[in-house]
Amino acid sequence: MEANGTKGLVLEEPLIFEKSFPGRAGIGPAPSDVPEADPASVLPSKFLRKGIEGFPDISEMDAARHYTRLSQWNFGLDSGFYPLGSCTMKYNPKINETAARLPGFAMLHPYQPEHLSQGALELMHSLEGYLAEISGMEAITLQPSAGAHGELCGLLMMAAYFKAQGKPRTKIIIPDTAHGTNPASSHLAGFKVVPVKTEGKGALSVEMVRAVMDEDTAGLMLTNPNTIGLFERNIKEIADLVHSKGGLVYCDGANMNAIMGLVKLGDLGVDVVQLNLHKTFSTPHGGGGPGSGPVGVGKVLEPYLPCPRIKKEGGKYSLDFNRPDTIGRMKAFYGNFSIMVRAYSYIRRMGGAGLKRASETAILNANYIKERLKGTYHLAFDEPCMHEAVFSDKFQLGSGISTMDIAKRLIDYGYHPPTVYFPLVVHGAIMIEPTETETVDTLDRFIEVMKAIAEEAKTNPQLLKDAPTKTKIRRVDETRAAREPILRWK
Amino acid sequence: MEFPKDLKYTKEHEWVKVEGNIATVGITDYAQDSLGDVVYVELPQEGASVTKHEPFGVVESVKAVSDLYSPLSGSVTEVNDAIVDSPEAINEDPYGDAWMIKVEISSDSDLGDLLTADEYQKFIEEEK
Repeated sequence: MEANGTKGLVLEEPLIFEKSFPGRAGIGPAPSDVPEADPASVLPSKFLRKGIEGFPDISEMDAARHYTRLSQWNFGLDSGFYPLGSCTMKYNPKINETAARLPGFAMLHPYQPEHLSQGALELMHSLEGYLAEISGMEAITLQPSAGAHGELCGLLMMAAYFKAQGKPRTKIIIPDTAHGTNPASSHLAGFKVVPVKTEGKGALSVEMVRAVMDEDTAGLMLTNPNTIGLFERNIKEIADLVHSKGGLVYCDGANMNAIMGLVKLGDLGVDVVQLNLHKTFSTPHGGGGPGSGPVGVGKVLEPYLPCPRIKKEGGKYSLDFNRPDTIGRMKAFYGNFSIMVRAYSYIRRMGGAGLKRASETAILNANYIKERLKGTYHLAFDEPCMHEAVFSDKFQLGSGISTMDIAKRLIDYGYHPPTVYFPLVVHGAIMIEPTETETVDTLDRFIEVMKAIAEEAKTNPQLLKDAPTKTKIRRVDETRAAREPILRWK
Repeated sequence: MEFPKDLKYTKEHEWVKVEGNIATVGITDYAQDSLGDVVYVELPQEGASVTKHEPFGVVESVKAVSDLYSPLSGSVTEVNDAIVDSPEAINEDPYGDAWMIKVEISSDSDLGDLLTADEYQKFIEEEK
């Protein structure tokens, strides 16, 4: 089979500091026609900036080439298929970018008075309403700046709720099918984590929760669909049980992209949920940010939402700080506003029916890959999945080939590898999330490549061991990078 | 893969060597092999108390971060700080140089459910 990766000229590029030449500059200002004054003679010393050590002197063209070359070493959604499980690398429609760049949004100053920011406030208020409807929750805060930040926000509200009742609770139940950030967020919010092992069943049962739920436990934190890509079918019974002991149910909604328009979490007894706009609502993951993790709550937690809240009265929008039970601010100003514009644009463009179809297609695409690759790769849980399918290297281990080799070989074929060695409950996991935005042609091609790699593993395993061979950087020494990290230029 | 007969094992892949009322704890050859290259390890302080089935530390490899579960309850009498600086010892010599902690076994600690080498080997065969 012809590989996707082909030859191309990739240029070496030094660090920008190494390109520096004293006196070179991007802009040459015209000679000044007023006499120069030494800043030190006219300004107090505390206002004087010191030179920046190592700051490169570089021309504009060299700077442009520098960053263009670096960008050519990169691989992104706009370059190819990126089936990174759990991360939901769906396509980010360009119209979102157009909306976010409208000067009325892009040039807003965070201190602009309310009466001059009505459009922005309206957008935020409307987005809260859409997200509340999609999740089936009572109210939404847009403040948290990422999924895990949203988790912390939700957990702090839970803690505040029990404190207000005069009975603070100390523990929280988290199954091993939950997202890895959940225990960390719980710990940060002051809860002791009670782990629940699903013992290879891939989903939580009422009995598993009953065994540990007591009146010192604030509740349950689960991810649904869970991190194996399976829907937690017993969620309603489990929520009823947690509620009967006075507890609350936190649902990590990071995988909402598989159920939006299909399931309202509020109807299933969920009291608090965070939504990852950079996953479900097609906003960019960026270079690690900015993300956005709005949190939805049911009636009982509404008083504890972060402030300010956006209020609509007589057709006017304002910021409401008068919230005596609030947990306070989660983020400077109002959250990552430009990300909200993108999510708003996506929701309006898709409409209710479109969002539902996106979920259905995400599920269909994952099940298509699952059915066509099971047999070639070991399938961890042979049952209908949601938006992602988890395989392992079990069939390949006999030839001395592991998940990492398969992932590296995919790069030679022009694909970003899926998520590997996660979830931890599956040995040598290969978690594939195609998302709804890929065509069946792309999926077919990927499936063929995965099959070709499985064949290579049998007939020529060295090809996999040596991969990637077509990239600028060959297989990196991840161990040394982790043991002796070099984190800055010197 | 080796599983010395004079050690006891847990389903969480720790090994225990009991000498009098002192137990030495580390992770098994199977554990280090599954984890891959270990890059970081976090151990408790000397004098800390550990509880059976509860985490006492963390081990991180290029693949994953895992809790270390204590096979018994007691207080930590000695910590192998050398492996904190050179975590590769865990891959190279899991039963020797890379022991992790020594624990003075509390009087009520139950050692009955620890596995023999044969039982542990059978357990991981089933788990594969």
